[in-house]
Amino acid sequence: MCGIAGFSGTATADDSHALLRRMIGTLRHRGPDGFGYHVAPGIGLAHARLSIIDLVSGDQPIHNEARTAWVVFNGEIFNYVELRASLEAQGHRFYTQSDTEVIVHLYDRYGDRFVEHLNGQFAIALWDGARKRFVLARDRAGIRPLFWTQARGKLWFASEAKALLAVLPERAALDPRGLVQALNFWSPVEPDTVFRDISSLPPGCLLTIEDGGAPNVRRWWDWTFPATAPDGRRSAALSGSFDDAVRDLRELLVDAVRIQLRADVPVGAYLSGGLDSSGIVALIRGFTDTPVRTFSVAFEDKEFDESVHQQVMVRHLGTEHTSVRCTRRDIGMLFPKLIAHAEQPVLRTAPVPLMMLSRLVREQGYKVVLTGEGADEVFGGYDLFKEAKVRRFWARQPGSKLRPKLLGRLYGYLGNSPVANEAFAQSFFGSGMEHIDRPIFAHVPRWTTSRRALALLSPELRAEAGEWDPLAFYERTLPPEIMSWQPLARDQYVEAKSLLAGYLLSAQGDRVAMANSIEGRYPFLDHRVIEFASRLPQHFKIRGMTEKHVLRRALADLLPLDVLERTKQPYRAPDSQSFFFDGEPLDYVAELTSPERIREAGYFDATAVGRLVDKCRAGKATGFADNQAFVGVLSTMLLHAHFLRTTNAPEATASSA
Amino acid sequence: MLFGQGGCDVALELQRQVKDFVLRNFLFTDDDKALANGDSLIRGGIVDSTGILELVGHLEQAFAIRIPPEDMTPANFDSIDAIGAYLARRLAT
Repeated sequence: MCGIAGFSGTATADDSHALLRRMIGTLRHRGPDGFGYHVAPGIGLAHARLSIIDLVSGDQPIHNEARTAWVVFNGEIFNYVELRASLEAQGHRFYTQSDTEVIVHLYDRYGDRFVEHLNGQFAIALWDGARKRFVLARDRAGIRPLFWTQARGKLWFASEAKALLAVLPERAALDPRGLVQALNFWSPVEPDTVFRDISSLPPGCLLTIEDGGAPNVRRWWDWTFPATAPDGRRSAALSGSFDDAVRDLRELLVDAVRIQLRADVPVGAYLSGGLDSSGIVALIRGFTDTPVRTFSVAFEDKEFDESVHQQVMVRHLGTEHTSVRCTRRDIGMLFPKLIAHAEQPVLRTAPVPLMMLSRLVREQGYKVVLTGEGADEVFGGYDLFKEAKVRRFWARQPGSKLRPKLLGRLYGYLGNSPVANEAFAQSFFGSGMEHIDRPIFAHVPRWTTSRRALALLSPELRAEAGEWDPLAFYERTLPPEIMSWQPLARDQYVEAKSLLAGYLLSAQGDRVAMANSIEGRYPFLDHRVIEFASRLPQHFKIRGMTEKHVLRRALADLLPLDVLERTKQPYRAPDSQSFFFDGEPLDYVAELTSPERIREAGYFDATAVGRLVDKCRAGKATGFADNQAFVGVLSTMLLHAHFLRTTNAPEATASSA
Repeated sequence: MLFGQGGCDVALELQRQVKDFVLRNFLFTDDDKALANGDSLIRGGIVDSTGILELVGHLEQAFAIRIPPEDMTPANFDSIDAIGAYLARRLAT
């Protein structure tokens, strides 16, 4: 794991080394174990290293045998052992023991298709000096970040935008499109970012430049699902019995965990108390010799705490376990640090406790953790999928009184459940039915809730946003064949691109782990697991109203019954309550939401924000819409103070605990 | 003499008060044009499940009435018009 930065373009009088040092210096948290550089005419590569594999000779940049291809890389290639053996058998000679070196050899042999051989999580920058080619590549699911921009005759890239801003201060401007997308979809929609003219290289994409020409971006991998047969039920591609699927999945998961444990440092695991993380730890215990330490978040507030379930798993697996206790005040005080790392508006505070957890892991001497992230997207775990299933089922008989009653089985964990009042539940879940034949059908309720925040925009931005059709916008990013897939597959695709890649793997994943130099690894996002699960019929994933059915069966003999049978409880943290104590906002919250600061920044309407803040202060913001709007506004203002405002912004650094 | 005029005016005044609350509390605005009296609050995404509870809690307090569970239906609460009519009925008795 690491940070990368650099540029490609014609040589200028600039001091390349000084530029690279300024860029990579901002990414020290990603790689505190040393910096490395490669400078040649037309190229500058920089690397901040977190040593995990080949601690002795793995320093980057790494070159090929002819020293013509150079690479810097953030991430892990989990199958490097097998790739290296195969390359050596074909005559390639290696000079390090690192996983990085397979990249340049694969490039020599396969050109841009090198990337298809990699099983891992990566952001790669490669310079082919012989052919004057520059290549950026990003992993399939979007686990490792990679941003780029063109300026001053060069293409600049970095793991985080702050490295670009360090040398291109003119890029420190907020793009209203990115802001409106983030408030609506929970994150900017890649390739857009919240910074004007800075792009994200989307997951599974490759950017190439030939001999100083224009950059060309193409997708080399995507989530894809079989087309359904004309009867709408099964596809010819979906074959094999449920028992076969359970057996094959188990084998795949064992192997995914085995290769993701490869490291020359000890590996830990997160344990949330749910099925997914418990399953990962059980697979480590059951099928490898790796001693495993487990870590978890405990909440002061019972509504969010899962300690009881975590303890059940700790006793079952006999792991050495440590947890960090998280209070509302911790969340409020650490929120500015989250935004400095996340570099995007967020609508929930839930990444903060995970940032506290990665700090705990680091303090305990660990650099790597395996987590259960991804299982809900790959196997259909979220309530959103079940909700869409019921709504589709209901839509086939709109007059049915019985069908909407199934909604009563959802959202039981919420204090203010939307299903508590049956008449209203039918009204809530019945709205948006007109979108049933659109690929974003399942996501309309979520985006309707978050869209409320757009009411807080300044009149100028609101006028722009008023013309904007978020559903049509999102649909333009989707593959043209999506409506030929089973309904659950459509929902999974949108979820994988919007919430998973845009938010969970970034603001709540890479950024909060890397804030404390911790590398997260996600066996459920091994591309073989994704591709396997995507081929399964939807009823293998959601059976009746039981989510992740095939995964439960694949883990059945490894887990205690109550973990195995418990309905998913989403990971959440207290939101607006984390910023007000005894009716008063934290100092930086009062400052950033003051009418003067809101007007100066220009994104929001000061009166509207004042009303929302008053509502939160009075403890009357009880629903998701208000809480998300508040967290969205506050995070945008922090982003502005930290990255965009030119005058001093003490509040953004005040709580660097 | 808040409701001492004809029934029509009462309903209008009730609508006005409810609309002010909905605009300020859910849309954080004074802009009357942000919401039409006949708009569905649910389909428009203006109130969600907790929003309904907020709305009912506010009406109970502001008008010193108790709203029984059987009255809590979209027919009574899904638009400013519907809420105004419901309140007019309740306050007339």
